[in-house]
Amino acid sequence: MDNLIANLLGTVVIALIIWWFWYSKPEAKKLKDSVIDILVDNGVYEPSRIEIEVGKKISLRFLRKDASPCAEKVVFEDFDISTDLPLNEIKDIEITPDKPGEYRFTCQMQMYQGSLVVK
Amino acid sequence: MATIRLSISGMSCAGCVTSIEDALNSVEGVTSAIINFAEHTATVEGNVDSKTLVDQVASAGYGAAELNDLEDEAEKDAAEMVYYRSLLKKAWIAALVGFPQFVLGMAGLLPAIEDDIGRQLWFGIGVATLFVLVYSGGHFFTGAWKAARNHNANMDTLIALGTGTAWLYSMVIIVVPDWVPAMAQYAYFEAAAIIIALINLGAALEMRARGKTSEAIKRLIGLQPKTASVIRNGVEQDVVIEEVGLDETLRVRPGERIAVDGLIIEGQSSIDESMLTGEPIPVQKQAGDEVVAGTINKTGSFLFQAKRIGKDTALAQIIEMVRTAQSSKPAIGRLADKVSSIFVPSVMIIAVLTFLAWFNFGPVEQSTTLAIVTTMTVLIIACPCALGLATPISIMVGIGKAAEFGTLIRNGDALQKAGKLTTIILDKTGTVTEGRPSVTEIVTVDGWSDDKLLLWAASLEQGSEHPLAEAIVNTAREKHFTLFNVENFNAIAGHGVEATIEKQTVLLGNHKLMQDRDIDTSTMHEIATNLTQKAQTPMFMAVNKRIVGIISVADAIKQDSKAAIKRLHDIGLKVVLLTGDNQATAKAVASQVGIDEVIAEVLPEDKADKVASLQQQGERVGMVGDGINDAPALARADVGFAIGTGTDVAIESADITLMRGSLHGVVDAINISKATVRNIKQNLFGAFIYNTLGIPVAAGVLFPMLGILLNPMIAGGAMAMSSVTVVSNANRLRLFKPRG
Repeated sequence: MDNLIANLLGTVVIALIIWWFWYSKPEAKKLKDSVIDILVDNGVYEPSRIEIEVGKKISLRFLRKDASPCAEKVVFEDFDISTDLPLNEIKDIEITPDKPGEYRFTCQMQMYQGSLVVK
Repeated sequence: MATIRLSISGMSCAGCVTSIEDALNSVEGVTSAIINFAEHTATVEGNVDSKTLVDQVASAGYGAAELNDLEDEAEKDAAEMVYYRSLLKKAWIAALVGFPQFVLGMAGLLPAIEDDIGRQLWFGIGVATLFVLVYSGGHFFTGAWKAARNHNANMDTLIALGTGTAWLYSMVIIVVPDWVPAMAQYAYFEAAAIIIALINLGAALEMRARGKTSEAIKRLIGLQPKTASVIRNGVEQDVVIEEVGLDETLRVRPGERIAVDGLIIEGQSSIDESMLTGEPIPVQKQAGDEVVAGTINKTGSFLFQAKRIGKDTALAQIIEMVRTAQSSKPAIGRLADKVSSIFVPSVMIIAVLTFLAWFNFGPVEQSTTLAIVTTMTVLIIACPCALGLATPISIMVGIGKAAEFGTLIRNGDALQKAGKLTTIILDKTGTVTEGRPSVTEIVTVDGWSDDKLLLWAASLEQGSEHPLAEAIVNTAREKHFTLFNVENFNAIAGHGVEATIEKQTVLLGNHKLMQDRDIDTSTMHEIATNLTQKAQTPMFMAVNKRIVGIISVADAIKQDSKAAIKRLHDIGLKVVLLTGDNQATAKAVASQVGIDEVIAEVLPEDKADKVASLQQQGERVGMVGDGINDAPALARADVGFAIGTGTDVAIESADITLMRGSLHGVVDAINISKATVRNIKQNLFGAFIYNTLGIPVAAGVLFPMLGILLNPMIAGGAMAMSSVTVVSNANRLRLFKPRG
């Protein structure tokens, strides 16, 4: 009986991991004006999923609060952007996405993860 | 009165603008505060410090931070130091709770869980460990929770799950022992505390090691002086660098560092540019010459006019370029990226499977214990950081090191490709040669001295604009000769010049000119032919129809070209000379420097095609040129090297910019690229092996056969050290020495 419960629970946990981390996406924050503030702290970008319009120039203003060196760079691989995020200072990154799609931005180690959803 | 710019966060409507403006205006000392809603910035004027303003905005319910154009490295270092100390403190406190438990446990001095008193004591230990998890490990749990909410999992997730499971399981044993079989009643508080201690310690060590990886950029930033002497209304005053305006006049004294880029307007000096170009010999400069920020004025005092300031100076551009390049990744690192982006959830799944495997198939009495220990160990040992760090940390050190000897590598891809080149194409003019004609030989007859012939030739040519004439006049000027006034000057197009000096008729020109004027050149004929074969241009000089000598001009080969080309050959590269010159000149130059293949008489616009045709033959081609005329060829090549541009770094077409004129830079760039790629491979190999071996061992695959089970604390130690190892290995690149 114990084994059955454990196996069932285990299977559910694996299914949850797969669904939550790989298939389900956080709700995208829709960009109202052309500027969005992104907080870099505690291992996450907040917001981490941002919906923007194709062809519109946007300004992503990163504010890094996490002193850990892991947080010190942000990389937009599709836009060939990789830049330092100074601690407790705003770093402005301007992007004009010209094609719809989902573009990831991460720290160098891919532990911080975010995405731009271009529609 | 100062202007402070703040960035404001949390503004959602125009109403916020008024409330923030009001809040800022109410601060004592503020004369005006204007919010730019579109930019989310505030510009505040007055006698007030930025911290007061930031606090005031915070108390109004918004976020603010000062906007700084020039990043203050000292401030960054200080912030890192605070973080480093806090990590160490957290490690110590966790160790203080964990190690006594570990030692007492080993000595068998800890009370049994089964009896009531023992259970109460264990409950106390559990609470102390909870304190450690909150104080020393709280950031892992916050990070894990926030990441999970964002459908993301990271390093923190693994640590939080591993230590959290250990604590929770141990607490269950103590509070509700009936839930767990008697054989599995073992508490893991010490493991949780020691793992937290080791991971904090590892992070602190990694931070220390990382500090060294950015030394190159710190050194470059350190070249920028903070103040400058500006002359305003005839009065010299010291101002901070940010206040220097375009076209302002600045004074530089001997030993001082030049503050901004500009043109010398008065005085002369020798300037040490080695910190930017790697060129050890100071450069002589006078009125009209360019000076660049960060270089050191050695001898004279001079005035110069600011032409590029702030982010436009060559130094600022170099810093920006190196920073960008250091952040880029070569193709080799992308596999690791793919792996690390799915790594953590995969490890979580492996951990669950490990649990189930032991729970279902483990030895009956030990199955729960083994399931718990192995699950914990799998979560703790897995290290996506080492994998993620492997590439960027080596790139950072490699590209930084290259910048230290005047080689700017544009990105990681260029670095990876440079190490794989098979052929190097060298443009002739300005690359193998100096790029400007100069007097190379003087041969005289009839009692004339070399200096006399040079003086007369220069006097004759001072009115001419021909490049060869310029070379002769410049050589005479370098010797500080005072030129004669000439009369009856006459330029004979395509042949030479004639004039009267000291009432004597002087002719200077080619063989044809001498023939036309019936001047006998037979005595010098052989010498002239020899010079032509050495890719020089000999000019005959005749005074009163008698030949007096030959002055020969050539675009001289750079002193170290031959040695550098030998080094290129030594590392197995084919070297090709590409030039618009005729075959004879090209071959003459090629044979002098040891190049075996020559492609001559190529128009500038056809150079890119020649590169392409070599690529079609299967060669991986590096093209070395001046970056302006050769731009299309540089862009077409697998790796384009722009050479000898001094401190002009704005060369878009080049993958690698060599600020020093020497071809040794090409070899050094290739060598550092190879060394960096090798370093990346070592790191990636280490990180992959560590994880692919570590995780199965942690899961207990060796237990059934060999009885080996990894202690979770050892896993914690291994994980903490794996990142440190990767960073330390990358730091070895700092020892790279260019030989050129």
